[in-house]
Amino acid sequence: MIEIKNLSKTFVTPDNTVEALKNINLSVNDGEIYGIIGMSGAGKSTLVRCINMLEKPTSGTVIVNGVDLGSLSDRELRKERSKITMIFQGFNLLMQRNCLKNICFPLEIAGVKKAEAKKRAEELLEIVGLPDKAKNYPAQLSGGQQQRIAIARALATEPKVLLCDEATSALDPNTTAQILDLIRDINKRLGITVIVITHQMSVVESICERVAIMDNGEVAEEGKVSEIFSHPKSLVAKRLVFPDSAETAELAGDEKLIRIIFNGHNSSARPLIAEMALKEGITANICYASTKTISGDLYGNMIIGIPNDEETVKRAMAFLKEENVTAEEV
Amino acid sequence: MYIIADIFSSEAVSEALDILKNDIPKAAWETFYVTALASLFSLILGLPLGVLLVTGSKGGIRPLPAPIMRILDVIINILRSIPFLILMIMVFPLTRLIAGSVVGTVPSIVPLVIAAFPFVARLVESSLREVDPEIIETAQSMGASPWKIVTRVMIPECMPSLISNFTIAVTTILSYTAMSGIIGGGGLGKIAINYGYYRYKHLVMIFAVIILVLMVQIIQTAGTFAAKKIDKRTRH
Ligand SMILES: Nc1ncnc2c1ncn2[C@@H]1O[C@H](COP(=O)(O)OP(=O)(O)O)[C@@H](O)[C@H]1O
Ligand SMILES: [Mg+2]
Repeated sequence: MIEIKNLSKTFVTPDNTVEALKNINLSVNDGEIYGIIGMSGAGKSTLVRCINMLEKPTSGTVIVNGVDLGSLSDRELRKERSKITMIFQGFNLLMQRNCLKNICFPLEIAGVKKAEAKKRAEELLEIVGLPDKAKNYPAQLSGGQQQRIAIARALATEPKVLLCDEATSALDPNTTAQILDLIRDINKRLGITVIVITHQMSVVESICERVAIMDNGEVAEEGKVSEIFSHPKSLVAKRLVFPDSAETAELAGDEKLIRIIFNGHNSSARPLIAEMALKEGITANICYASTKTISGDLYGNMIIGIPNDEETVKRAMAFLKEENVTAEEV
Repeated sequence: MYIIADIFSSEAVSEALDILKNDIPKAAWETFYVTALASLFSLILGLPLGVLLVTGSKGGIRPLPAPIMRILDVIINILRSIPFLILMIMVFPLTRLIAGSVVGTVPSIVPLVIAAFPFVARLVESSLREVDPEIIETAQSMGASPWKIVTRVMIPECMPSLISNFTIAVTTILSYTAMSGIIGGGGLGKIAINYGYYRYKHLVMIFAVIILVLMVQIIQTAGTFAAKKIDKRTRH
């Protein structure tokens, strides 16, 4: 379990002071995949770097598996770090070492015997699906493969916690999906707690159970992903969940815009709109739609434009409520 | 007046060839071992100093108090700005202390090292700074100690650059050995100066210089080749 209490971090540089984290309180359960999402500069990396004390917090505590990391000596902290490993956007592999030796690296630091380390590294290559790349150098691998090696390396010391800072941000959507699958698989198989830092809602949506939304050094919103996905409250959350709606609103003209959120209770968006026209006589204009069908159920959101008079809007809202979708005026 | 024809007269040529046979092999060997030893000692002193300049700086993996870093910086700059010819004379007391004498081939190694190690330290510093800070941070996130970061990450990761830079240092030391001929250091420099400058035997000087040039070429080619050969950042 990771507990972050009243955590603040202020950077003081000669020309300015940045409050990167302001009184953060979070707790992450053992074995869960926890997301931390926010726009660039929100303080996500600073937060994750405070979790393994790469960055010393200005105030507050970080407790991982009952150990207050802030209270440890340098030597004790180094030892603890082998249980909290990290992967990065840039992979950060050692370019002059082959893949096998990269995976052996944290074991070398931990003082594990060479032969034992090699054996473990070979197992890990197997786990990440690259058993034939042992002798290859990182430069000879694709981005996705390099991240797999980085994951294997992060797993070498049998950590309890895996921190992923924008680990898929440099990868294409297909590769991203594969890496996320691998992370999910590792979480399930090895029971490792995973913290996923990202600026992409799609990443959180696909693997996280709970998420914290960060904005300007603060946690703007926190909770179950499904909850936040269907009912974003804060402005940042809305902007992350519905990235295109701001532009849509510009286009609206004098129509009333209504956002419809599908939570898997419907099977298709089209009949809903058609039915509204048939039953209520309201013709809606689809301004924006981002939906997908997962095993027959519809998820996502859609923005429709309807004539802007109070009575029509009221009837439309009532109709949508009947239909078991969430609707709100934009 | 010395004209080209004089330099290449049959008399001058046969005399030069004689000297070439008798003196040059020994001189070349002296130049070689002085360069090798001076390079080795410069590396022994310069490498840790270069590492310290990087790890001890603000934001380094083991920051040292700023005044200490400042003093190191100034000392290195001073040593590097003294012309070698003057430095040789200035370090006479030290040379006598270490080598027992101030003239001769072996004693000439002392000023060479004093002149070269600050240069090597700077080159090491610039190579180490090429290492991606994120990779160093990754090693820290795995619990690597500063010593392990230096020996297992920083130095191996910039080895190609270290080799290229050290090659530059070796060729510079080689050219300095020629200067140490003036204060009695042996080698090709001495031959060139003694025969060419004092005794007007220009052909001998030319031979000596050609051999120096060849040595530089060989060292540079080998260094460049080695740096390329060990670099794993290419796709093949
Ligand atoms: N070492 C540092 N020195 C000064 N400011 C920093 C430092 N690290 C981060 N910051 C600042 O803290 C804020 C949060 O940065 P970061 O945590 O990297 O954001 P994110 O990862 O969410 O994009 C930014 O304004 C950034 O400029
Ligand atoms: Mg970041």
